[in-house]
Amino acid sequence: MHFVVCVKQVPDSSEVRVDPETNTLIREGVPSIINPYDAHAVEEAVRLKEKYGGKVTVISMGPPQAEEVIRKSIQFGADEGILLSDRKFAGSDTLATSYVLTQGIKKLAEREPFDLIFCGKQAIDGDTAQVGPGIAARLKIPQLTYVLNIEEINVEEKTIKLHRKLEGMREVISAKLPALLTVVQDLNELRYAPLPNMIRAARYRPQVWTTENIEVEDDKIGLNGSPTAVRKIFAPPEREGGEIIPGGQENPEETARKLVERLLKEEIIADK
Amino acid sequence: MAVKVIKKNCIGCGLCVQTCPFEALQLVEGIVEVDPDKCTNCGDCVEVCPASALELNEPPEKMSDNEVKEVEKREKIVKKIKRELEDYRGVWVFLEQFRGEIAPVSFELLGEGRKLADNLQTKLCGVLLGSGVEKLAEQALWYGADKVYLMDDPVLKDYRTETYAAGLVRLSQKYKPEIILMGATTMGRDLSGAVATELETGLTADCTELSIDESSGYLFQTRPAFGGNIMATIVCRHHRPQMATVRPRVMAMPEKDTGRTGEVVKENLGITEENVLVKVVDVIKEKKAATYLDKAEIIVAGGKGVGNKENFKILKELADLLGGTIGASRAAVEAGWIGQEYQVGQTGVTVRPKVYFAFGISGAIQHLVGMQTSDVIVAVNTAPDAPIFKVATYGIVGDLLQVVPAMTKAFKEKMGV
Ligand SMILES: Cc1cc2nc3c(=O)[nH]c(=O)nc-3n(C[C@H](O)[C@H](O)[C@H](O)COP(=O)(O)OP(=O)(O)OC[C@H]3O[C@@H](n4cnc5c(N)ncnc54)[C@H](O)[C@@H]3O)c2cc1C
Repeated sequence: MHFVVCVKQVPDSSEVRVDPETNTLIREGVPSIINPYDAHAVEEAVRLKEKYGGKVTVISMGPPQAEEVIRKSIQFGADEGILLSDRKFAGSDTLATSYVLTQGIKKLAEREPFDLIFCGKQAIDGDTAQVGPGIAARLKIPQLTYVLNIEEINVEEKTIKLHRKLEGMREVISAKLPALLTVVQDLNELRYAPLPNMIRAARYRPQVWTTENIEVEDDKIGLNGSPTAVRKIFAPPEREGGEIIPGGQENPEETARKLVERLLKEEIIADK
Repeated sequence: MAVKVIKKNCIGCGLCVQTCPFEALQLVEGIVEVDPDKCTNCGDCVEVCPASALELNEPPEKMSDNEVKEVEKREKIVKKIKRELEDYRGVWVFLEQFRGEIAPVSFELLGEGRKLADNLQTKLCGVLLGSGVEKLAEQALWYGADKVYLMDDPVLKDYRTETYAAGLVRLSQKYKPEIILMGATTMGRDLSGAVATELETGLTADCTELSIDESSGYLFQTRPAFGGNIMATIVCRHHRPQMATVRPRVMAMPEKDTGRTGEVVKENLGITEENVLVKVVDVIKEKKAATYLDKAEIIVAGGKGVGNKENFKILKELADLLGGTIGASRAAVEAGWIGQEYQVGQTGVTVRPKVYFAFGISGAIQHLVGMQTSDVIVAVNTAPDAPIFKVATYGIVGDLLQVVPAMTKAFKEKMGV
């Protein structure tokens, strides 16, 4: 079995802010991490490899420093990593990104055909959840999103049985391989990396593929290949602050009573 | 003579690169760079830059004949694209249905779509896929659609990306809508990504605001980015349809008018079951209470300030009295006081109740994005400068362990329970 996992380097989103004066991104000193959902995707691929045998390859598109997330994946137990990195990829939106990753995966598949592709359910910087479905559509393979449990893989018949997380429900699915899965965090618990993996990761240098190595059309990558563009960015609008009912510290009982009276009088809460 | 880049302002959005008629701009490590040999200082980029990161060196220069020709050539190309785009008309809403019931978000989107369609002076259409769903079509008309495209086929009984995407792509290629809206539900997000890729067009997820730009007629799609710390307005200029998803309860539910009528157009899917690679074996209902969180009219939510698991009982008592549901911040969930399914916010559920009580919740942006469209917000917090007070309709600065039991007591007395 060959498991391919798409991983992304993202800024730790709690740290990114907009300067309210200039409406520009403040990005100095924002740490980068592996997209948390992708970490669970790598973990799952490694667990499946342990169970069914095979190999785990991670693939990432990003600037040279995105090497770091590949090393992180090696720590989790991935065997190999490929970084798709080229200035021409910069500015790609989800459509162009799914194209570049697909072309990378196709090239990889010439060497070693894949059985399963994993993505995180979404990336925490964009939250779009579009790249996984984009890759599946381009490769014309089944797309199974929000996977929360893999019941079984039938290696001979090349089928998979799994559970998808829906609103208040779970759906049990069987599908033909190869397929693309996007995973939620409940799928597994991340394990601590064993020491040999840590050492291997520290020394690991991923292969870097550029537009020289993979077949891409210029008008499908980067900004030219991206139908969407950011028109403007701004700090989120603040809702009008309301009324503070005074006396909460000195006389909580009385203040609570006043609040309750208001809520009932203004029929915010119905008096049954 | 070339334009000047103010590096510290550049957000790397690339709008200028797309606009430049001379391909004189490119992004290098996320910052725009100007090729002085190609730049003519025409000023197009300065105009579109959303972040004031580009400046004209001097007033635009008089262009040479060759440059004028080049600009004209490019304008021609753009005009041709624009003409092609004009073939695309109408606003579509994908009508998400599960076992014969249309998801409320689809009606909310019909309400929003109605405004967009009126603005563009075009039709609002619902798109309904399923098996034995024909009778649902009229509901879309009640909520504002002029027309419903219907694909009714046994293969469409269960939702599967493969079949639904094929159906929607087929309809879209035939009828060319200019806008397609879907709920940002598991189904909508699963489907929209596949469809946008097939149609090679732009898609914006989780929009919180949609509007039509007066000058260009483009759909302005505003959404939170970077975990809600930033809002971004996205446009899809040269591709159609313009696709967007919107989370449930972000848009208001429109009035239902059962007197409204319209046309139902039937289309065939043309796929047989043998050719579908995915089968739905079973659907299991989860028995957790949080299934109802998103439908609750009253939510009593607790955060880190609740202090421990035991204290959540104080909140539960108030919730039970008012017929409400418990909710929580991520910090309370992470502390292990309450299950993840109760989490409100960016990585939890988005809620829009009539009343949202926030007890001991600081009001981090990731929490606010999940609840700030609630009709009324009531906050109790010991810190007078807690950001939650900025969104609260009513606030009390105080200890929730004192205030909440007192509220429960007062409600009981007033209501005579
Ligand atoms: C990518 C990302 C996604 C996230 N998604 C979510 C999400 O979906 N939902 C979410 O909620 N958070 C989310 N967060 C976390 C969010 O940033 C905050 O950390 C979290 O919301 C804080 O929870 P809190 O308000 O309960 O805790 P705190 O920020 O610790 O606030 C506790 C509050 O309680 C008050 N308090 C203390 N004691 C009392 C008392 N006795 N009486 C009254 N008040 C008291 C304090 O003054 C304080 O304001 C996310 C973060 C990231 C980075």
